Amino acid sequence: MATATVVSRPLLALPADWSAEKDFKPIGSITAFTQRTIEPVGPHFLAHARRARHKRTFSEDDRIQAQERAQKVEKDEESEESEAEDPMMLQREAKDWKSQDHYQVLGLSKYRWKATEDQIKRAHRKKVLKHHPDKKAAQGSTEDDNFFKCIQKATEVLLDPVKRRQFDSVDEKADVDPPSKKEAAKGNYYKLWSRVFKSEARFSKQQPVPVFGDENSTKEDVDTFYNFWYNFDSWRSFEYLDEDVPDDNENRDQKRHMERKNTNARKKKKAEDNARLRKMLDDCSAGDERIKKFRQEANAAKNKKRLDKEAAEKKAKEDARLKKEAEEKAAKEAEEKAKTDREANKKAKEAAKNALKKNKRVLRGSVKDANYFAGGDAAPAQIDAVLNDVELVQGKIDADEVAALAGKLNGLTVADEIKAVWNAEVKRLVDAGKLKEGEAKNLA
Amino acid sequence: MAEKSATPGVAPGDRCAIGISFGNSYSSIACTIDDSPVVIANEDGDRQIPTVLSYVDGEEYTGNQAKALLVRNPKNTAVAFKDFLGQDFKSIDPTHCHAAAHPEDKNGTISFTIQDQVEGEPSTLSVSEISTRYLRRLVQSASDYIGKKVTSAVVTVPTNFGEKQRDALIKAAQAADLEILQLVNEPIASVLAYDARPEAKLEDKIVVVADLGGTRSDVAVIASRGGLYTLLATAHDYEFAGAQLDKVLMDHFAKEFMKKNANVDPRENAKSLAKLKAESEATKKALSIGTNANFSVESLAEGIDFQLTINRLRYETIARKVFEGFNRLVEGVIKKAGLDVLDIDEVILSGGTSHTPRIASNLRSIFPGTTAILAPSTSPTALNPSELQARGAALQASLIQEYESDDIDQSTHPAVTTVNHISNAIGVLTVSEDGEEIFTPIIAPETAVPARRTVHVEAKDGGNVLVKVVEGGTHIKVTKPEPKVKENGTKEDDDEDSDFDSEEEEEEHREKIWKIGSTLAEAAIKDVKKGGKVEVAITVGNDLSVIITTREVGGKGGVRGSLKAP
Ligand SMILES: Nc1ncnc2c1ncn2[C@@H]1O[C@H](COP(=O)(O)OP(=O)(O)OP(=O)(O)O)[C@@H](O)[C@H]1O
Ligand SMILES: [Mg+2]
Repeated sequence: MATATVVSRPLLALPADWSAEKDFKPIGSITAFTQRTIEPVGPHFLAHARRARHKRTFSEDDRIQAQERAQKVEKDEESEESEAEDPMMLQREAKDWKSQDHYQVLGLSKYRWKATEDQIKRAHRKKVLKHHPDKKAAQGSTEDDNFFKCIQKATEVLLDPVKRRQFDSVDEKADVDPPSKKEAAKGNYYKLWSRVFKSEARFSKQQPVPVFGDENSTKEDVDTFYNFWYNFDSWRSFEYLDEDVPDDNENRDQKRHMERKNTNARKKKKAEDNARLRKMLDDCSAGDERIKKFRQEANAAKNKKRLDKEAAEKKAKEDARLKKEAEEKAAKEAEEKAKTDREANKKAKEAAKNALKKNKRVLRGSVKDANYFAGGDAAPAQIDAVLNDVELVQGKIDADEVAALAGKLNGLTVADEIKAVWNAEVKRLVDAGKLKEGEAKNLA
Repeated sequence: MAEKSATPGVAPGDRCAIGISFGNSYSSIACTIDDSPVVIANEDGDRQIPTVLSYVDGEEYTGNQAKALLVRNPKNTAVAFKDFLGQDFKSIDPTHCHAAAHPEDKNGTISFTIQDQVEGEPSTLSVSEISTRYLRRLVQSASDYIGKKVTSAVVTVPTNFGEKQRDALIKAAQAADLEILQLVNEPIASVLAYDARPEAKLEDKIVVVADLGGTRSDVAVIASRGGLYTLLATAHDYEFAGAQLDKVLMDHFAKEFMKKNANVDPRENAKSLAKLKAESEATKKALSIGTNANFSVESLAEGIDFQLTINRLRYETIARKVFEGFNRLVEGVIKKAGLDVLDIDEVILSGGTSHTPRIASNLRSIFPGTTAILAPSTSPTALNPSELQARGAALQASLIQEYESDDIDQSTHPAVTTVNHISNAIGVLTVSEDGEEIFTPIIAPETAVPARRTVHVEAKDGGNVLVKVVEGGTHIKVTKPEPKVKENGTKEDDDEDSDFDSEEEEEEHREKIWKIGSTLAEAAIKDVKKGGKVEVAITVGNDLSVIITTREVGGKGGVRGSLKAP
């Protein structure tokens, strides 16, 4: 191609540190290639051939070698293995096509719903080549063409996407039965159920379908799986099992009746199928150790939380109790202390009172000892006057002063000495302004 | 059996060569006049000549005359025999011969028993003999048209036509005094017919040829690289083709006839069936042009005439399953080639059934808008799908007729045709507007080597640029639409096209993205002028070694380097 295409996006800028000998750096080689056959057609091929041959002559060996090297586009139909034809199947009546196994008729038993359109076409052709009645007649055979009609019917159904779905919907041979509890218990649980769901997945409107997985699947995967299947959206339908509706126009009522019956039957079967799937899921999930494991793990996690919470609650309770006890104890102690204090107080007061009484007795006694400051027998008036003054002084001083005074008076027997004490006291009180001049003069 | 080398070749100077498309249903002949192909009409004025041979009272008929004899002379009429050439009886499908002469196994040779003489016992005519006689008639028609005896031909064959079948065809032609210059694959002939048009540009492209015939449909994916063609994948389908469409109409008209005529089924009587088939096919063809067609048969069954109009929509409805089958077939073979519809540049619709507008529009809908769908109803410049193979064959015949047959043999030798093809693209890295490095292909994947391609790359700001040569692959990026937020009450209900819009929006978006593969080399071009361009030329040799040359366009010097073969 001589002309150059123009690219409008710019080239990369040269990195500043880039350098190479003669500005060229070889880095790799072409990584992938195939030998193919170019078609020896057209003017450009002529040019190619001229260059490629260049006065050379190629031999038959060259041909074989080159052909072996070239990637093949057309594949050998012969090499495909074929399924043995069951003699019973060859005897089938074409009119019973509804009950025939279309896949078996075409030799596709092991593929069933997995057979591609291309496979079906090739299988059909193979059968036609073998069973075409014209061919058999040409070979002198007088066999009927029943089986050929079966082949045609099978192909008609399987090559029509709508009809094929209807047939696949009721193709029980493609079903994989769920494992019994016993089978599943033998350790193949995941493998067996995987097969069931793989087969069941053919009915899913949504593809791809999450896989069943194995014992190592994550909780997320398992959840996704069950979520998907419990919400399974299936295209499975049951019109293939319809009873034949009379095709004539006369029996309109009967026709309508049959149609209604069929519709109901389809609905019922669909509901049953949904229930079947649900039950299967229930059974499968019930035995699914992963679910148990996840539940235990979840429970353990939940339990731990609960225990933690309980412990915390217990501790809080205990703390509260201790606190309360401490408070109660403190209160009691305080009360007791108060009580003893009160008692001590009372005793002290009593003692003080007693001491006061005693001191006052000392005070009174002192004047008696001093014979009421009378020389000889004291006149009752003198006694009264002195005792009144003692009483007066006592009333002006507090207990401590009484005690101090009593202390001073105690042990004194000499009247003058006693008088001097009293004298000083009265003087002190007068100085302090507690007694007026001239009061308690009997003691001064 | 004669050896290959013993084949009598015609001296190039004495040749008069044509192109022949030899189908099971129809055949065509073409020659070139001033290098452009012309499809030749036979004496009946037909360019699509039914591949039918019939004998009545020792008289030989072909084409439409013979086909018409299927009604009253089916036993002595041979149809759909071409694919039987070179086959074993056990591997042929006699389905399409049911209402005509039946193939038989005569001592290991597929034959027909036909009364080809006025008197005496019927003859046993091998498929080769029938083919020889039919080809002789084709050659005669061509010779009559050209005014010179046709000596040689290029004949198209299906891509799965085996070695034995090829040999048998060559011998059958030789027996008809016709030298086969070359057998070419049918889809390649169709591509050549398009590529040889004067307005065609030589481009690297991936082409799908959907050849929808009468008894079979063949689809091929072809890499077209610098005018060299490589088959990447093929599919052959014997279930969905023109005959199935005939059958759809036959059933339709039969049922309508039964409704009106006390359940008389025209399909149960051979003669009625033949009439029904012939008129159904004619109606089908009429529906490719008009939106209505008339089905009309005198004495269809039990002496009752039948006449009915059908419109195209009705036809498209009852034929939907067959049409959908074509889409699936095409999608399947693209997948088989490891490609995506986004990789396809051109779809060539070939074969008679490709005239059907609905088939073309159905295909249109599965390809991106950038893919050209070359069919009469989707492209005004499309060629007649029924003529592509004959045209391609005629072009090839004119290209090679001047060569000695030994020369042709040697040039088409597998040692010449088997070559390396690179699996990945080779290109350079460029910078996108967002500053991302992007792979820009220079040589496309599946290019046969040796190959050389050149590009000019902008160097906007000039200065020093890096030419980084890498391999590239593609992947398909699928973007799911954002879930639509419903506008509450803002839009009126009577907004008619809102429904349509929303469906459009919800479709996922698929695009082809280049992936950067392994690096092959780096080169520097320095001091490029602002706004200048850099030329990058890549040459891959036979042995897959690579030579890279690059320079500033208009500048002196440049860089040249090479890479070792892998
Ligand atoms: N205009 C048309 N519209 C629709 N179908 C057509 C038209 N012209 C021809 N056909 C159909 O095309 C088919 C023939 O295709 P073609 O000419 O490609 O034949 P062929 O290559 O011999 O086919 P094969 O080998 O597959 O039998 C027939 O079924 C014919 O009815
Ligand atoms: Mg054809």
